[in-house]
Amino acid sequence: MRAFTTHSGVVAPLDRANVDTDQIIPKQFLKRIERTGFGQFLFFDWRYLADGRPNPEFELNRPLLAGASVLLARRNFGCGSSREHAPWALADYGFRVVVAPTFADIFFNNCFQNGMLPIRLSEADVDELFRRAAAAADAGKPYRVDVDLAAGTLTDNAGFSRSFSVDPFRRRCLLEGLDDIALSLTHADKISAWEAAHALPPRP
Amino acid sequence: MPATPRTLLDKIWESHVVCSPAGELPLLYIDRHLVHEVTSPQAFEGLRLAGRRVRRPEATFATPDHNIPTTDRRLPIADAISKQQIDTLRANCREFGVRLFDLGDADQGIVHVIGPELGITQPGMTIVCGDSHTATHGALGALAFGIGTSEVEHVLATQTLRQAKPKSFEVRVDGRLHPGITAKDLVLYLIGRLSTEGGTGHVIEYTGPCIRGLGMEERMTVCNMSIEAGARAGMIAPDQITFDYLRGRDYAPRDFDRAVAEWERLPSDSGAVFDRVEVYDGGQVVPQVTWGTNPAQVVGVDATVPDPHAFADSSERESGSRALEYMGLEGGTRIVDIPLDRVFIGSCTNSRIEDLRAAASVVRGYRIAPTVQAMVVPGSGRVKRQAEEEGLDRVFREAGFEWREAGCSMCLGMNPDTLSPGQRCASTSNRNFEGRQGKGGRTHLVSPAMAAAAAVTGHFTDIREWRYR
Repeated sequence: MRAFTTHSGVVAPLDRANVDTDQIIPKQFLKRIERTGFGQFLFFDWRYLADGRPNPEFELNRPLLAGASVLLARRNFGCGSSREHAPWALADYGFRVVVAPTFADIFFNNCFQNGMLPIRLSEADVDELFRRAAAAADAGKPYRVDVDLAAGTLTDNAGFSRSFSVDPFRRRCLLEGLDDIALSLTHADKISAWEAAHALPPRP
Repeated sequence: MPATPRTLLDKIWESHVVCSPAGELPLLYIDRHLVHEVTSPQAFEGLRLAGRRVRRPEATFATPDHNIPTTDRRLPIADAISKQQIDTLRANCREFGVRLFDLGDADQGIVHVIGPELGITQPGMTIVCGDSHTATHGALGALAFGIGTSEVEHVLATQTLRQAKPKSFEVRVDGRLHPGITAKDLVLYLIGRLSTEGGTGHVIEYTGPCIRGLGMEERMTVCNMSIEAGARAGMIAPDQITFDYLRGRDYAPRDFDRAVAEWERLPSDSGAVFDRVEVYDGGQVVPQVTWGTNPAQVVGVDATVPDPHAFADSSERESGSRALEYMGLEGGTRIVDIPLDRVFIGSCTNSRIEDLRAAASVVRGYRIAPTVQAMVVPGSGRVKRQAEEEGLDRVFREAGFEWREAGCSMCLGMNPDTLSPGQRCASTSNRNFEGRQGKGGRTHLVSPAMAAAAAVTGHFTDIREWRYR
């Protein structure tokens, strides 16, 4: 897995609550059997007009946000379906960090499997980030933040600095880019012992 | 000293922790792994690339359901990419030795319908599937939840999952449901009160006399939609209803009485402490209809579409206004005045035999409205055959419904069963998200009986006033 240590990037504000995984990647794109190439379909129904042109009303289509890599959203981001195609699409598009007050559980777990960091901040802090992003946009500038996973901080260059917490194991997996299956298989003796204790036949 | 009272969740969790190594999340043993065509190809590919095997093929069961046509199964699948996904599932099951209930198999069906139906799902088990509605299986007293594809690969390779223990949440429902009120109305009512994220980080255990009074399939409907309240899983303690349901099923334990003796020890101990408790009254529930674009945006059929400007919370105001715009509705409109173009009866929430019986009893002796196109998609091959033995297919067909083959169908519209832009649908499924049933489609979630009544009258109709023929 791709490691995550620090990241500096442009913030893309998506001022909506309850963004579900059907919006992040609509079902017509779930038929592919690969993990790659989903970025082109990210937020498809919001991002494109019926004739296939980019929807100028959609937040991420603003020229200022080209190359944005930090998604800022409202509460319960990633609710609905378990489809890992959602983080695959976000990561393939170029996002490495998603900031929101709350996330749906399955989406939250799926992010960590793909080198992407979901950060929970308070509603007030998220409000403040939306304000700063809007002020920068009004001045015709992109709004950038810096994220340091080891330190657990999200900062900008104008005095915003907040710490966030991440489960220590998930943090280690991200920092080191660990293959968590390989790590789990180092406990194969314990798994075999559990199976033996539950009268399951041994595995070679 | 007496042992600390434990919840159903505590008991299943503690008996499945393989190890909790320092600095790592615990490894939880997984008893049953259900697999379908959409979220598994990348997981099997990962195994292949790493040279890994499926650790417990005999604990792994697969079926195609999300992306399959529900029309004549003898015809080839027209969509080449869909066909490739289904062929890939077949090839993977062959290569890794996984039991596949394939198209054409008498037991094929929606993964959450066939698990309980075949007795693969049992009390006290840990069950996962790359699908968020895996919570359905919790109705039998299992800990069952949805996972992502990377986790599917992890379970295939290790038969375990890395998991922090979720918090416990008792949702107690006192009283009883009035006649005509179904488990679907109950769970929509609960989601409306819990909100779409009220259960986040928690496993809900549904308790109380109203829950105990539900049949097995009704309990599945309730647990199925736990995810729509954000919960990791939903569960109901096993009892005689559970045991009677399971006895004699294909994969039920051979020494059934011994298994029952084990299962009887599962229910939460008296005095067990939950992290959170909410209490509701089942007698307050009326037939429910969603008006917006998430399942918590729901009201009674006797109400009007709410005016979002009146909502106290600013983000609710904003999302409510967006939802009404998408849905083409105005605040103040009576729910019973909303006309419909389509009716869908099916999905892992409401496609079991009792759902079809309830819908058929409403439809019997009527024709559907000329403005409505309606379809019934049974949850499994078994449900379909049972319905046909009872003559339910004739009731539906004579009324003007299409009668289809088993699959997920228009719940998510991955297959050709979709809404056209602007079409309005009464659906027995679980999600009314924007575009869920087709881009621009407008979904209202209801019970099977309410969907059937709406098909006949062409608009929402209070099932409590229905004249059965």
